[in-house]
Amino acid sequence: MNKWITSALLAGALVSGQILGQAMAQDDKDTVRLGIDVPYEPFVMRDADGKLEGFEIDLGNELCARANLECSWVEQSWDGIIPGLLARKYDAILSSMAITPERERQVMFSLPYYNTPSVWITARDRDIDIDDKQSLEGLSVGVQRGTIRDVYVTQEYGDVLDIHRYGSSQEVVNDLQSGRLDLTFEDFPIAVDAIDFRQDDSPYKQLGDSIKTPTSIFGKGAAMAFRQRDKALAAKFDKAICEVYADGTFDKLMEQYFDYDLSVRPSEADCAQ
Amino acid sequence: MEQLNGWFTELLSGNLIFTANTLSFYWGGLVTTVQLVFLSLLIGVILAVPLAIGRGSKRRWIKLPIYAYTYVFRGTPLLIQLYLVYYGVVFFDGIQDSIFWVVFKQAFFPALIAFTLNTAAYTTEIFHGAIKNTAKGEIEAARAYGMSRKLMMRRIILPSAFRRALPAYGNEVIFMLHASAVASVVTIMDLTGAAYYVYARFYAPFQAFIFVALIYLCLTFSIMFVFRRLEKRLLAHLRPRA
Repeated sequence: MNKWITSALLAGALVSGQILGQAMAQDDKDTVRLGIDVPYEPFVMRDADGKLEGFEIDLGNELCARANLECSWVEQSWDGIIPGLLARKYDAILSSMAITPERERQVMFSLPYYNTPSVWITARDRDIDIDDKQSLEGLSVGVQRGTIRDVYVTQEYGDVLDIHRYGSSQEVVNDLQSGRLDLTFEDFPIAVDAIDFRQDDSPYKQLGDSIKTPTSIFGKGAAMAFRQRDKALAAKFDKAICEVYADGTFDKLMEQYFDYDLSVRPSEADCAQ
Repeated sequence: MEQLNGWFTELLSGNLIFTANTLSFYWGGLVTTVQLVFLSLLIGVILAVPLAIGRGSKRRWIKLPIYAYTYVFRGTPLLIQLYLVYYGVVFFDGIQDSIFWVVFKQAFFPALIAFTLNTAAYTTEIFHGAIKNTAKGEIEAARAYGMSRKLMMRRIILPSAFRRALPAYGNEVIFMLHASAVASVVTIMDLTGAAYYVYARFYAPFQAFIFVALIYLCLTFSIMFVFRRLEKRLLAHLRPRA
């Protein structure tokens, strides 16, 4: 009986060794495992067959192809996603992780690949020029307390606008609808869900352009995260991110999933390295 | 003054949270809280006196509506009443175009209305209880003097009842101060609102809230001190003689 097991194990080892050898011989691609928190629509979700799909899956596969790497996806819930990286359950995180100083102490980030914009919204029949600060005097704006939008509005418009801070974005929408607020400054995807301001028959409209800068407030955006020592791997992905931006592949992918602009074009200086 | 200024700057240096900017938030919050609580208590008391007299009336059509009002406002949380006034008024069609909108557009007045109705309900019950418990001897003495019911109410029952209601009313004032913390949920920058803001801005919940707790404590002690003094003066005749 014991003999059987031993020989079975031996055979298995032989076979798997052979397969590994074959695989290595077949192509010299390194394998990289990417950690992701599923689902986060439309960045990542499962199709009817249970296969992963979404903007970040397509983007990740594209980046891997350009970096000449063999990539596989590893699912990991959000709260354990950095510990999982450090414990080598996967080699990189590609999961809408925003660059923050706290996280930068633990992991190394690639160039950012996207950042969701924020947007000014007002009633359709209102005529407000958001860039003309004097004309805003005394108008009320609603923001969710403590968010980056709160910081931006407080810093840039604190002296003219009457800022109302709410506990949730739903309450902001309530008071925009009740007429208590003249304006709101909202995260773009949240605004699309809650206010639906882009329909022609909607009672609300966007004011000015979507806003993603300054990065000191809005952050640099979402980036891939690596272990601090894996500098070579990070450099490969940085190069790939520059490439997908440069040749328009990113825009094509973005248009496939989003009808607004969340690109953060890397600067030439970033790409020159 | 120079010295005080220097001391103040030194106190603030070396900490990132309690800058002059955030302290001004707390100061603004303190002013708003005191305004809100003081005004609602003042209007509440003015409403509560006739309501308390009416509550003790023998006529059912006076007594029952007042009882229903105090029952509802004491039986539901203040937070719910605040939400109902703040978000509820906008469901009246056309209110945005009426003159009332000037009042209801700001968060301050819906909060003031909710707080006033709430404290008036409690104060009515406190006064009513005190009026009901007026010593029989005092009333009989007043009758023996031939006072009418009105005169007796004005000269004997109410002054006596207010004095005896003082300790309970002092508690109501303190409860109202503490209950006013809910004002921040409708965007009012009261003390708690300021603490929330500092917390959200610096991710420092402990510092933000411990500081505001200390301010509330100081306010509470000041109120207690005032009421103790008042009680000593006005209830002197009820103390046992040494």
